[in-house]
Amino acid sequence: MKTGLPKWLIAVTGVVYFFLHLPVLVLVVFSFNDSKFSVDWRGFTLQWYQRLLERPDILRGLKASLIVGGAATIISAVLGTLLALALGRQQFRGRRVLEGFLYVPIVTPEIVTGISLLLLFVLLKFPLGLATITIAHVAFCISFVVIVVLARIQGMDENLEEAAMILGADEITTFWKVTVPQLWPGILSGALLAFTMSFDDFVITSFVSGPGSSTLPIVVYGMVRKNVEPSINAISTIILLATAILIYLADRLARAK
Amino acid sequence: MPAFRERALAWLYTRPQARAWALVAPGGFWLLAFFMVPLLIMLVYSLMPRGIYGGVEPGFTLEHYARFFDPLYLQVLQRTFAWSIGCTVICLFLGYPVAYVIARSQRWRTFLLFLVVLPFWTSFLVRTFAMIFLMRDTGLINSWLLKLGMIDEPLTMLYTPFAVMAGLVYGFLPFMILPIYASLEKVDHSLLEAAEVLGARPAARFRRVTLPLSTPGVVAGSLLVFIPALGSFLTADLLGGAKQVMIGNLVQNQFSSARNWPFGSAASFIVMALVLAAVMLYLRVKDRSAGGAPPL
Repeated sequence: MKTGLPKWLIAVTGVVYFFLHLPVLVLVVFSFNDSKFSVDWRGFTLQWYQRLLERPDILRGLKASLIVGGAATIISAVLGTLLALALGRQQFRGRRVLEGFLYVPIVTPEIVTGISLLLLFVLLKFPLGLATITIAHVAFCISFVVIVVLARIQGMDENLEEAAMILGADEITTFWKVTVPQLWPGILSGALLAFTMSFDDFVITSFVSGPGSSTLPIVVYGMVRKNVEPSINAISTIILLATAILIYLADRLARAK
Repeated sequence: MPAFRERALAWLYTRPQARAWALVAPGGFWLLAFFMVPLLIMLVYSLMPRGIYGGVEPGFTLEHYARFFDPLYLQVLQRTFAWSIGCTVICLFLGYPVAYVIARSQRWRTFLLFLVVLPFWTSFLVRTFAMIFLMRDTGLINSWLLKLGMIDEPLTMLYTPFAVMAGLVYGFLPFMILPIYASLEKVDHSLLEAAEVLGARPAARFRRVTLPLSTPGVVAGSLLVFIPALGSFLTADLLGGAKQVMIGNLVQNQFSSARNWPFGSAASFIVMALVLAAVMLYLRVKDRSAGGAPPL
């Protein structure tokens, strides 16, 4: 049987790949273009990157994003790992309900999550700021951590824990000395995923951030709304690079033995 | 306190339910308090009369849902539906050939798949900005077309339905390709050989063997594109301007400038209900195809 593909199929595929990747590629290339207004190539420059350092709003946004991302990552990694341990190892009542709970954040449109959390915080008279952003990010990150860690647990050898207990270790010692070291790559990979999602989030954050607590995506969105300038290309390139590195690390860890 | 530790251990050991719940409690609480309860508050808000400064007043009303029969808002709903469906159809026609090529390729498969997954990890905001950079009046497409002499003045692309549709397809196309690829990859090759032996031409082999077997992937991919398109906000916001409003933008507007929170909550609840209906459909299809579709 012939396995050659028709030429038009390959052409369509080529066009689609072009369409999927060209925009971002162009964006990155022009972050090095030495012209403020033109989309003609006027030579290589790093001035748009230098300009970023002179903008206090971007630096403040970056700081806010790192604080929120760090806190949200740690909280969702711990809570998500505990949930994954329960789902992977324990039989308990309410399991189906919990599984349902974990799916809801994955399918809920971001705009719905954002406004419902805003309503909660306003009702509780909780001042909007870094704390509310962190709470929101944890709420949508937990499910993803659970999925990643659960996959790791399901691939783990339960005999090792049994062996440790037979050799005289109690449950807590076994947990720290046997379970956690095996789970560690899964937890780290889930944590990096959570950080990436937190660092990237615009829609939910825009509802639960208050004055003076703008994260980096909020600042970038403001810049995009105002006008299109090469600095946005530069900051976009940095965000892309940072995300790519984090995802690469998460992937490496998830596959680690 | 070793005594306490011993006692706690013994207690947990004899009660597996308690042990499980000790693990579930913190995360479960977070999801309950900061996801489920807010959704419930949103539902309650949507059923209460509007207050003066954006809040609500005590009482019960269905007026916010009734407002969707107003032609103005009906139009937003219709547009959201039409665009989400349009986006799904375009993604299907672009995505199916790509999935087919990936499934049939040997040496390049990993690389081709990697290129499809890559956009998932690219900031959506950055990707949407990339579209602006290409499509605005002084953008790359216009400047190249002008230089090639194909047009005399810039085409207006940004802030048109075309821009929104391009942005939606660009944003969600990978969701279509992956499930179709997953189901095509599983197609048993001997069935195709049997069809060939029995005299079926390539077109007939595709239409009567490959296509029916890839239906679960097509359905899954369609829903995975339709669901986020329905609830999308950024695309229409940045590429559509003030006129091309989708329901996500309507919701956002009620919470920013219009300050009609209960109406915004009602709109938001409608989005949520539509999405949940689509998810139910997805899960049913997934069950029937016995793991033919990837998990959400």
